[in-house]
Amino acid sequence: MTLSVSLTVNGKAVTANVDPRTLLAQLLREQLHLTGTHIGCDTGQCGACTVHLNGRAVKACNILAAQAQGMHVTTIEGIGGVNGELHPMQAAFREHHGLQCGFCTPGMVMNAIELVQKHPNPNEDTVRAELDGNLCRCTGYHNIVKAIVAGAAGMKG
Amino acid sequence: MNAPHAPYIGQSIKRKEDQRFLTGGGTYTDDVAVANQTHAYFLRSPHAHAKIRSIDLNKAKAAPGVVAIFTGDDLAAAKVGGLPCGWLITDVNGQPMKEPPHPCLAQDKVRHVGDQVAVVIAETLNLAKDAAELIEVDYEILPAVVSAADARKPGVAVVHDSAPDNTCYVWSIGTQDTVDKAFASAKHVTTLEFANNRLIPNAIEPRAALAQYARGDDSYTLHVTSQNPHVERLLMTAFVLGLPEHKVRVIAPDVGGGFGSKIFLYAEETVIVWASKRVNRPIKWTAERSESFLTDAHGRDHVTKAELALDKNGKFLAMRVHTTANMGAYLSTFASCVPTILYATLLAGQYTTPAIYCEVTAVFTNTAPVDAYRGAGRPEATYVVERLVETAAREMGISPADLRRRNFITQFPYQTPVALCYDTGNYDATLTEAMKLADVAGFEARRKQAADRGKLRGLGYSTYIEACGLAPSNIAGALGARAGLFEAGEIRFHPTGSVTVFTGSHSHGQGHETTFAQVVADKLGIPVENVDVVHGDTGRIPFGMGTYGSRSIAVGGSAIMKAIDKIIDKGKKIAAHLLEASDDNIEFRDGVFTVAGTDRKKTIAEVAFAAYVPHNYPLDKLEPGLNETAFYDPANFTYPAGSHICEVEIDPQTGSTKVVNFTAVDDFGNVINPMIVEGQVHGGLAQGIGQALLEGCIYDAASGQLLTGSYMDYAMPRADDFPSFKVDTKVTACTHNPLGVKGCGEAGAIGAPAAVINAVTDALNIKDIAMPATSEKVWRALNSKGKKTK
Amino acid sequence: MHAFDYQRPATLKDAAAFLKKNENARVLSGGQSLIPTLKMRLAQTPALVDINAIEELRVVKLEAAMLTLGAGLRHSEVATSKEVLIGIPALARVAAGIGDRQVRNMGTLGGALANNDPAADYPAAVLGLGATVHTNRRSIAADKFFTGLYETALKPGEIITSVQFPLPKRAAYIKFKNPASRFALVGVFVSEGAGVVRVAVTGAGNAGVFRVKDMEKKLGEKFAPESIAKSKVAPDKLNADLHASAEYRSHLITVLAQRAVAAALS
Repeated sequence: MTLSVSLTVNGKAVTANVDPRTLLAQLLREQLHLTGTHIGCDTGQCGACTVHLNGRAVKACNILAAQAQGMHVTTIEGIGGVNGELHPMQAAFREHHGLQCGFCTPGMVMNAIELVQKHPNPNEDTVRAELDGNLCRCTGYHNIVKAIVAGAAGMKG
Repeated sequence: MNAPHAPYIGQSIKRKEDQRFLTGGGTYTDDVAVANQTHAYFLRSPHAHAKIRSIDLNKAKAAPGVVAIFTGDDLAAAKVGGLPCGWLITDVNGQPMKEPPHPCLAQDKVRHVGDQVAVVIAETLNLAKDAAELIEVDYEILPAVVSAADARKPGVAVVHDSAPDNTCYVWSIGTQDTVDKAFASAKHVTTLEFANNRLIPNAIEPRAALAQYARGDDSYTLHVTSQNPHVERLLMTAFVLGLPEHKVRVIAPDVGGGFGSKIFLYAEETVIVWASKRVNRPIKWTAERSESFLTDAHGRDHVTKAELALDKNGKFLAMRVHTTANMGAYLSTFASCVPTILYATLLAGQYTTPAIYCEVTAVFTNTAPVDAYRGAGRPEATYVVERLVETAAREMGISPADLRRRNFITQFPYQTPVALCYDTGNYDATLTEAMKLADVAGFEARRKQAADRGKLRGLGYSTYIEACGLAPSNIAGALGARAGLFEAGEIRFHPTGSVTVFTGSHSHGQGHETTFAQVVADKLGIPVENVDVVHGDTGRIPFGMGTYGSRSIAVGGSAIMKAIDKIIDKGKKIAAHLLEASDDNIEFRDGVFTVAGTDRKKTIAEVAFAAYVPHNYPLDKLEPGLNETAFYDPANFTYPAGSHICEVEIDPQTGSTKVVNFTAVDDFGNVINPMIVEGQVHGGLAQGIGQALLEGCIYDAASGQLLTGSYMDYAMPRADDFPSFKVDTKVTACTHNPLGVKGCGEAGAIGAPAAVINAVTDALNIKDIAMPATSEKVWRALNSKGKKTK
Repeated sequence: MHAFDYQRPATLKDAAAFLKKNENARVLSGGQSLIPTLKMRLAQTPALVDINAIEELRVVKLEAAMLTLGAGLRHSEVATSKEVLIGIPALARVAAGIGDRQVRNMGTLGGALANNDPAADYPAAVLGLGATVHTNRRSIAADKFFTGLYETALKPGEIITSVQFPLPKRAAYIKFKNPASRFALVGVFVSEGAGVVRVAVTGAGNAGVFRVKDMEKKLGEKFAPESIAKSKVAPDKLNADLHASAEYRSHLITVLAQRAVAAALS
């Protein structure tokens, strides 16, 4: 069985033919070559594959591509400016050294942006609690937390 | 002229690599896709220990999309060797360790759950998996042995026929007689028996590989998640596949964390490199997380009895340690040196203990191979030393900080009784600073406030030392290393004055592209923007040994420094010619060559241009070009050291333990980029605290099944498991490398576990608790009778 | 994943019709448990019926004595719903603590109930509030709905449409998280309604979520933490695994139940 799936990815309309068992993360990575969405686990815990689906942070390796039919998907490649300007949250991660190997980073940033949309003035405790869906093995989370608090301020300006 | 700038070394410059990582522009191995690529899936053993009676591939081979299926028999027929171990340990009787074969695909027998049985290569991954389900393997299930403590018991399963007592080696260091005598005369002896819990590394990027074969020139290109592409290539070509090195290019592109687990040569990439020629198509393999749990080399897994002898004043007289180390089912690349060379030699810690004896028994079990994981031997050693010291202090009624100070090494260089010679350090300085930062003085008040809220607070120290900057090749060789441990660096000036640096070190999160650029820009006096760093590609970089053991800046950075010296030397000669002066009269500072005592000068960019456009150039004496390569082999290990102080709060009703404060003051020698160094410490602390409170790999004792085989069951630390850390550094510069650096990558993971458990045992007023100190263990400790007093 | 067919009906009627024709097909709601299970080939299905496009499943209705929530509501929607926060704030907090934030953005009330993971949070709330599960065929009282580990009273082809919660006077849920999965190692939901106290426990039972009648009786006499300080659930009814022994879970139930009562009162 092959399905035709139409969705909007980073503002562009996309139609793809997929095997129904194709995950959204696979569609993004393998067919659309948006390899910034990473796959780090198979049980839906690590959060490296986090994207926005109609504005909600979700795990793209835990959703079928078919489930995104008609929806707007935003990936890490779609949040900056057209000339490579960083989104305030990306900039905050850089400024506060909130990344090391970079593998969990896209998922962290995507979750962080929606986190701040829901909690515009998060303190460190809120950020730590709301990062329950993202694993990082490099940073000990210390600078990620600082970056998100700063990124929240940046997103206001 | 160059714009004047503050020195780059010592500045928290933002990382060059971040732009691509933050925008989804990184290139990790699984991101690389090539035309016509196939997908490999490894059928793995569901049993911990079984004979393979037969494998029937008929149905699977007929499945849709299958390109090829190979088993151990195919590899044997093609004379593909087993995976080698890179370090030979000689046992107490002068005999070499047992090195049973480590086939890339199982031959006759499987020895741990996840052992590779066959590889299916198909048009898509789903089709490969579909076909793998059709492979019929007839197993004769055998009893399994999984724990180090059980491995030598009579009647247990034998993992390898060539090691009938499951013993790889029994090795020792130190003089037993001297130590025994010191114990006999001791006023006080502290004894602890504990396990150092087995850990699963869990780099967030799973292992992956893409193998391409080119028939045109009979060459291979391998993209692989590796911390050391040249080592990977050397081991794979020379020891397993019998290929000429120059026909294999290994590229370790962006790598998503390593922590040791990506040092080693693994079966999967080896098999697909071999198979890529057989099927004459590219082959991609990416581990699923469940495969990572089963097959990434695990860490730690010691069972230890440790004793410390003290005199009446608390001076350490001797230490005696017996450790059994689990090697798993096969010897991984550096498995044998971890519980010996990287462990027992660290047992002096920061102390003047005059006599130390350590005996290590390495055993085979039906579990995944165990090898280096962040700290590799040194966390285990620190745990032994620092748990003993803290416990002795409590038993003798001496404050833990005071007992440490009574025994600190204060004169350098210091030769320990376990082979190492520390070049420099100031242990009192880090301890004093850590106690200030941690507000130890205010702890009793905080303990009382917590008690008023019904909570238990505890404080624990850990003053650790590590040996980093691996390693002087001659010493390593004498100790059994089958490789050199130097590093290589190349500085390539371009005609218009910018520089590309090629390093054998590999960055998989450490930020070398920034740190190394800072060093080069500073020493050459050029803007840091004009320096890029290339690593991770045997087709581009000089032969290097890669990144592990906190060696990159100390060894890789030193190689770069040597190359810089060569550049400056040559630059002086070129400048002398251009300025019509003698070589001896040229001085170099801040990017400018000057004739001493004059204002006649040439910038290094002008010199580089002259070197590449040699119209006016001493061609009779000097080659054109400005491109220098250097190899550096360290004279000694480096000895980072520091003081960690952990404060925990326990809910006695549930046993739930929270780290409420964690302070680390480390001495890494000179610091190039404080921001990056602090980040390294944070990450190490998280892994160390994780080991102490959360993480533990558990195999079922009867079946040998991995019970903690996913994030549902293996407790990976999350953000809300930690407080913000307090970290700082004190500096004593390393005396034997040009940057005075020591390395910082492992410190957190080395120092933290003992500090946490010392804090938990303090809060509970008990002698010991097993790691990870889960809420149930804490609750049981609180409810058990016969508590020992401090 | 094994291969499967995929359907995305727009109405409950179409979904039911498809399920009637394909007995072994499975319903895909949020999929946060189902997709990983399929991905790891731990389960196989000939077809998935994706009910995410069905608007009828998204009702939210707060009445004088009743809160009705559509089965398709995502955990994050329940956690932030004004109606839920007014009607049963404890239920909003349950939803706010399920899984992690990305899971909460996808997972649904109906999906969680149909899956009936023995360590899931919603079953404790549904049982602890004495709710009624409505399907496309009938209404099932919470006490009859949860029948075992991953087992419910749902028949093949039956789809949960909504859940009706009677509004309690007070309620609270306290969860002790499994440090690895963040599911409940033990979770206790306590409610006091019109003369009825309910105590439901998740994460601990060897047959899934269950009520603690002894605690309910004692709390019915006096709704205070100390009433149940000595009330224990025998370990032999409880789950033991690598994360916790039955004895420890038994202990936690009593501790958490008292905390839940205290939280309900505060």
